[in-house]
Amino acid sequence: MTTSSQALITVQNLAFSRGNHVIYDDVSLSIPKGQVTAIMGPSGIGKTTLLKLIGGQLTPDAGQIHFDGVDVHQCSRSDLFKLRKRMSMLFQSGALFTDMNVFDNVAFALREHSGLPEQIIRTIVLMKLEAVGLRGAAQMMPNELSGGMQRRAALARAIALEPELVLYDEPFAGQDPISMGVLVKLIRELSDALNLTSVVVSHDVQEVLSIADYVYVLADKRVVAHGTPQALRLADNPQLQQFISGAPDGPVPFHFPAQDYRKEMLGELD
Amino acid sequence: MSLIDHIANLGRNAIALVAGFGRAGLMLWGAIARVPNLAKGTPLLIRQLYVVGVQSMVIILVSGLFIGMVLALQGYNILVGFGTEDSLGPMVALSLLRELGPVVTALLFAGRAGSALTAEIGLMKSTEQLSSLEMMAVDPLRQIIAPRFWAGVISLPLLALMFTAVGIYGGHLVGVEWKGIDSGSFWSILQSSVEWRQDIVNCLIKSTVFAVVVTWIALYRGYQVIPNPEGISKATTQTVVQSSLAVLALDFLLTAMMFGS
Repeated sequence: MTTSSQALITVQNLAFSRGNHVIYDDVSLSIPKGQVTAIMGPSGIGKTTLLKLIGGQLTPDAGQIHFDGVDVHQCSRSDLFKLRKRMSMLFQSGALFTDMNVFDNVAFALREHSGLPEQIIRTIVLMKLEAVGLRGAAQMMPNELSGGMQRRAALARAIALEPELVLYDEPFAGQDPISMGVLVKLIRELSDALNLTSVVVSHDVQEVLSIADYVYVLADKRVVAHGTPQALRLADNPQLQQFISGAPDGPVPFHFPAQDYRKEMLGELD
Repeated sequence: MSLIDHIANLGRNAIALVAGFGRAGLMLWGAIARVPNLAKGTPLLIRQLYVVGVQSMVIILVSGLFIGMVLALQGYNILVGFGTEDSLGPMVALSLLRELGPVVTALLFAGRAGSALTAEIGLMKSTEQLSSLEMMAVDPLRQIIAPRFWAGVISLPLLALMFTAVGIYGGHLVGVEWKGIDSGSFWSILQSSVEWRQDIVNCLIKSTVFAVVVTWIALYRGYQVIPNPEGISKATTQTVVQSSLAVLALDFLLTAMMFGS
């Protein structure tokens, strides 16, 4: 684990469950300032849930999550909203407001929180759209954009207020290779240019390993491995290597647990 | 299933019902129990008045016209048997003002605007727009729920008055233009029969109560939707069914309070 003195976010002994289904049991990790940290793991492991816990949208059963030293879940609602002005989230679906064009989507948070005059907001929005290559699409509605363009417009909106932290929820899911390449480039370059702390949740292994400074791998309700991308590639952990190589069978079995195949086919089950 | 299981199920359902009322109350409280920001809230309210109110006008006006015409035709056939067809005007007007105006408008509003509100908010939830607002430190109750609630509460009483006015005109078309009742007696008896407090104010009170209930149910169902297509479909159906039943039940209660004695 990286040193917590440089950490923007620390997660300590986190436990979270939905009903009887335990998602996390004693998870600890830290997200260093100014770096791209990836959180990887199989589908359904609860990676998005972790982002929602960090953003204070969900409350853990046990443990603490600190953002810049402040316990996210002990804040009042107004303090939580103050914290959220310092962070933003890129949702898997983009989550653009469907009744606003791209320009107004990006301008939304600025109009809500900055108090800046409209002329300056216009300049900032055009700069953000230029950064993601969508200045020419400013007047288009979200339903006129491709999936990749929606994700880029949402990214422009996410960095509009120049947050310290950006949480990326499956940014590459469902993207064609060109869009994926554009997003990989944007996430890395924006993080470096704006000195952002980025948390990328994804199971697109190669793309994530190409841009991450540090990686946590979640499985079985806990962190099963962490380290730099180079260290993880060399790690002697069969479960981790199966995940990185994408092997269909291994420690994570191909078959969902079931009763004996032969007996079931012959109708000999009790 | 044993008797104990039935009792346990009953208890669970009762707890779920009470918890649902609690969540709906908290949602509404969170949305409206604050000092409004007029600069930001007014444009949102005006937009929703257009979506919820103006876009419901066509169905309300057309329905009002036909219901007024049917009411007049049926009323005429009954009244003419007693030689009291001159009373057609007050019969149509009082039926519309006291009952059909508020009730039918609320039922149509639940089907047209209520279901649309539920589907819209449900879709916003399933596409993570509500979560996105929260992460941008903007309260979705204030940004999304409050303007829609106030738009519903303002629109429905006005729509009920329009429905009633058009219905009376429909009654006039059938009674006077078609069946030949004297226009002067139609309007003069109508005017002398309708009372401001008893009829028009009660019409507004009823439709305001219906507006609160229908809009509240629609917004709550959308806000609590299970965020997938099946959940949204189920929620819109629940909105129409529950709003309609609530309107009819409340109508009886309000009628008993207003006209029971």
